[in-house]
Amino acid sequence: MIPAAFDYVRANSVEDALRLLTEHGEDAKLLAGGHSLIPMMKLRLAAPAMLIDIAGIPQLDGITASGGGVTIGALTKHAALAASADLRKHAPALWDAANDLGDPQVRNRGTIGGASAHGDPSADYPAVLQALDATFTLAGKGGTRELRAAEFFLGMFETALGANEMLTRIAFDAAPNSAYVKFHHPASHYAVVGAAVALTLSGGKIASARVAITGIGDAAFRAGGVESALQGVNPNDAAAVKAACAGAARGVQARADTFASASYRSAMADVFAARAVAKAASAR
Amino acid sequence: MAFTTMVGARIRRREDPRLITGRATYVDDVRQVGTVYAAFVRSPYGHAKITSIDTAQAKSDPHVLAVYTGEDLHHAHNLKASLPVAHKMPDLKTPPHYVLALDEARVVGEAVAIVVADSPYTARDAAEKVVVEYEQLPAVVDIEKAAAGPPYVHESLGTNVAFTMPFSAGDPDKAFAEADVTIKQRIVNQRVAPVPIEPRSMVASYDAGMQQLTLYSATQIPHLLRTQLAIVLGLPENKIRVIAPEVGGGFGAKLNVYAEEVVVSWVAMQLERPVKYIETRSECFQAMIHGRDQIDDLEVAAKNDGTITALRLKITANMGAYHQLLTPVIPTLTMLMAHGCYKFENIAAEVVGVFTNTMSTDAYRGAGRPEATFFIERAIDMVAQRLKLDPVEVRRKNFIASDAFPHTTATGLTYDSGDYETTMDKALAIIDYAGLRKQQEELRKQGRYLGIGISTYVEVCGMGPSAAMPAAGWDSATIRVEPTGSITVLTGVSPHGQGQETTFAQIVADELGVPIDHVSVIHGDTDKVQYGVGTFGSRGTAVGGAALKLAIDTIQAKAVKIAAHQWEANPDDVEYRNGKMQVKGDPSKSMTTAEAGFLAFMGDKLPPGLEPGLDATRRFEPPNFVFPFGTHICVVEVDAQSGEVKFVKYLAVDDCGRLINPMIAEGQIHGGIAQGLSQALFEEVVYDGNGQLLTGTLMDYAIPHAEQVPHYELDHTVTPTTVNPLGIKGIGEAGTIGSTPAVANAVIDALAPFGVVHIDMPLKPEKLWAAMQAVPSNGSVR
Repeated sequence: MIPAAFDYVRANSVEDALRLLTEHGEDAKLLAGGHSLIPMMKLRLAAPAMLIDIAGIPQLDGITASGGGVTIGALTKHAALAASADLRKHAPALWDAANDLGDPQVRNRGTIGGASAHGDPSADYPAVLQALDATFTLAGKGGTRELRAAEFFLGMFETALGANEMLTRIAFDAAPNSAYVKFHHPASHYAVVGAAVALTLSGGKIASARVAITGIGDAAFRAGGVESALQGVNPNDAAAVKAACAGAARGVQARADTFASASYRSAMADVFAARAVAKAASAR
Repeated sequence: MAFTTMVGARIRRREDPRLITGRATYVDDVRQVGTVYAAFVRSPYGHAKITSIDTAQAKSDPHVLAVYTGEDLHHAHNLKASLPVAHKMPDLKTPPHYVLALDEARVVGEAVAIVVADSPYTARDAAEKVVVEYEQLPAVVDIEKAAAGPPYVHESLGTNVAFTMPFSAGDPDKAFAEADVTIKQRIVNQRVAPVPIEPRSMVASYDAGMQQLTLYSATQIPHLLRTQLAIVLGLPENKIRVIAPEVGGGFGAKLNVYAEEVVVSWVAMQLERPVKYIETRSECFQAMIHGRDQIDDLEVAAKNDGTITALRLKITANMGAYHQLLTPVIPTLTMLMAHGCYKFENIAAEVVGVFTNTMSTDAYRGAGRPEATFFIERAIDMVAQRLKLDPVEVRRKNFIASDAFPHTTATGLTYDSGDYETTMDKALAIIDYAGLRKQQEELRKQGRYLGIGISTYVEVCGMGPSAAMPAAGWDSATIRVEPTGSITVLTGVSPHGQGQETTFAQIVADELGVPIDHVSVIHGDTDKVQYGVGTFGSRGTAVGGAALKLAIDTIQAKAVKIAAHQWEANPDDVEYRNGKMQVKGDPSKSMTTAEAGFLAFMGDKLPPGLEPGLDATRRFEPPNFVFPFGTHICVVEVDAQSGEVKFVKYLAVDDCGRLINPMIAEGQIHGGIAQGLSQALFEEVVYDGNGQLLTGTLMDYAIPHAEQVPHYELDHTVTPTTVNPLGIKGIGEAGTIGSTPAVANAVIDALAPFGVVHIDMPLKPEKLWAAMQAVPSNGSVR
């Protein structure tokens, strides 16, 4: 619980942070809220020689949410997301996740960008941001580039972020009929299974669905089979939703721990996907 | 006679303002000039030979003051002593337990070397530079495999069985032959970790001029620790001072003598510098004692009407790799309490203690009694289920009757007082048991699974009569009436959350007629307080409070003599009334304890032959244990899709005799239930087959968050005891003991339509979900 020795420097701007990243190379890590990185350092699972603190960079913090879309700065804290009435209205799935994540200390320090860039396979946002089909803006030395969420989350603690890049912004279209439900691990309160759903409804039926699952495999994934099976289903027909959500984790190599086996995790993907569909359909 | 305005009142805890405003002093808050910091090198293997230790690189760091290995202590410095185990068993195997591993490490986390540096950070870094070469040996973690044969944890013993203790009473064979039904069930009581908020913490310093060792330690037993340090370190006991400042939770895990306490003290003497060691949470999971870990194989004989006639029981208990202070004693308490609150007379039991390559088990809140309560309360439900009887009626049928106390059980304990049926009936009425059963039936038709769990527990505490304890069982109190009227209480118990700074002051305020703010309760410092045994086994008030009452009696008797002398009255005619002394039937003249104390201090107006001063030290030797009891009822709903458990209701009706401060008693019950339900649902220490700890952080090992516990509805009955002059029983462990079976019975009751008879704890959703894959007997669709 005592980290190895490290140096610390504060970046004042995105440019500054990118310059420091290049300067210190692979030994450096960006520090935002620190609620993923610092615990790993304390357990000596990570030992970066240099921490570049980006928490004070202005203009990377903030939420704009309307019917036209949602844009979130990478340094926006979970607590700010959890408190945003606009977010609740226009993207309830993300609002659910921000409210159901960590504890007050974590929510008041941790950031959406930091949590996303960490690529934890049991984190909530990777599922939510895939269900919302979010676009990630990555700043690098040569300018910025944009990636879809599904292209960003690659594997266990692995994202598409380059060594000298930083995540600056996350944006997506409004998804008023979206929801996130989560099976808490009783100790870590990370997702044993987390299911995020964004629906469009037409005439009381599901016109289109995006469904993403976290906690099961090496990274959160879109459940394509479930998405197509949900088309045309009445979301209030529990049996039909249940049938459509069957096999949500099909083809995914599920993980196991002392709390839940792989097969149970997979079975719970179906259950929680169905719950998320019901919740998304009834969201206002 | 006492006047009661304080005793029985919900006085706010006097400890809390300093605790909740950050003004309390825990061990880590102790700042001493020149302090250096220790880090331990610990075995990464469950079982390994230590082939070499190279400390050169660590020692080359200019910030490092010293590195010591087991070899250094044992050979170069001749510190050969083994850590103590208190027990009363004739044939217990007690392999040496060195403070730093010598040649061999037998559990992950066993201390192999200590590094001392000028900051905790450099100490930790230097510890990583100590190069230890290990040769892995085969490890054994499973209790039954260990009991059966090699590999041996201690090769020289030629067995892993530490002891076997048989017991028999009545004629169990005959009772089984004549039984209408018998039920056989293996019940695993899983290993759990105590997880106090404050891990083990210590700072030792040595005054070479005075040859005085001072150890601040987060301990529940400062005096016993001092005695053991004297023995292990070979020092005169009067040259050791142990201080337990604020202690952030003990739960039995700090009722011990730890290797680290000895090593840190010894190093402070070598370096003549204060040495501080605050273990990390990861170390706490590895190297602080664990609790429970028994396999209880039981067989119950019953009549068709639900009468239980006999019990056969085999307790196979995991000792861990070494004995800690009370390791082998814990499962013997399980056997003693196997009766619960039921009157069957035939019992055949065997307790087997087994060494494995795991951390030692020892006292953890309840310490042996929760295991007994768990299996007997599960057994009652299984009998009810088999015979299609209501579990309430099976309990009623088997209760020891309220007019049968004191009642001596077949295992030889004498229950002091009890009225189990009244307490149960009160609980049933409050929760509307009949209505709940009706609701359960309705919901089952809809495919919803409500479970109602009852636990009618009795436990043994107020530890205890010295003759029945592995160490002394008495405790002490001193009362000093200071010249200006304030009152100092020195108690031999060592509260660390139990609130005796408040409850003891309440008692003194009433009995000696002083405002509560004039009473100061001091504890936890062996240089201030007369010898005391400490706080554990729900004994603080039942034993320490009783000693306080004796000291009050002595103070009152002397004060009365002083008052009578001023009034030229016969002391027999003077009494305490409403906190003041007066001549019987004459309220015109009165004297306070403070006034008597001032006269005693001045010394010139005392009756002939009476010594100056008004103080008293008394000790209470309890003639028996006390046996609090109660009924806990838990209602849960289990989700058939996922196996998740949702609390619907939780009611506890407890009886711990007279209540001094109901709010503090309720606080103890709240915390106890939280820990008990957490064992039922969440907690489990898991080692893999090589002895690697898989649940070594709070990310893996679940302790309950606020959102994971229900609202507790509490009530009580009052059945006093005559064991002590206060009429009180302990309440510190009752919540833990009563709650675990209530929750498990509720969950398993919910799953009854699926033909479930028993599922071992923790009752994780996956296990319940798997059991619910069967077609329910009510035919409803999941």
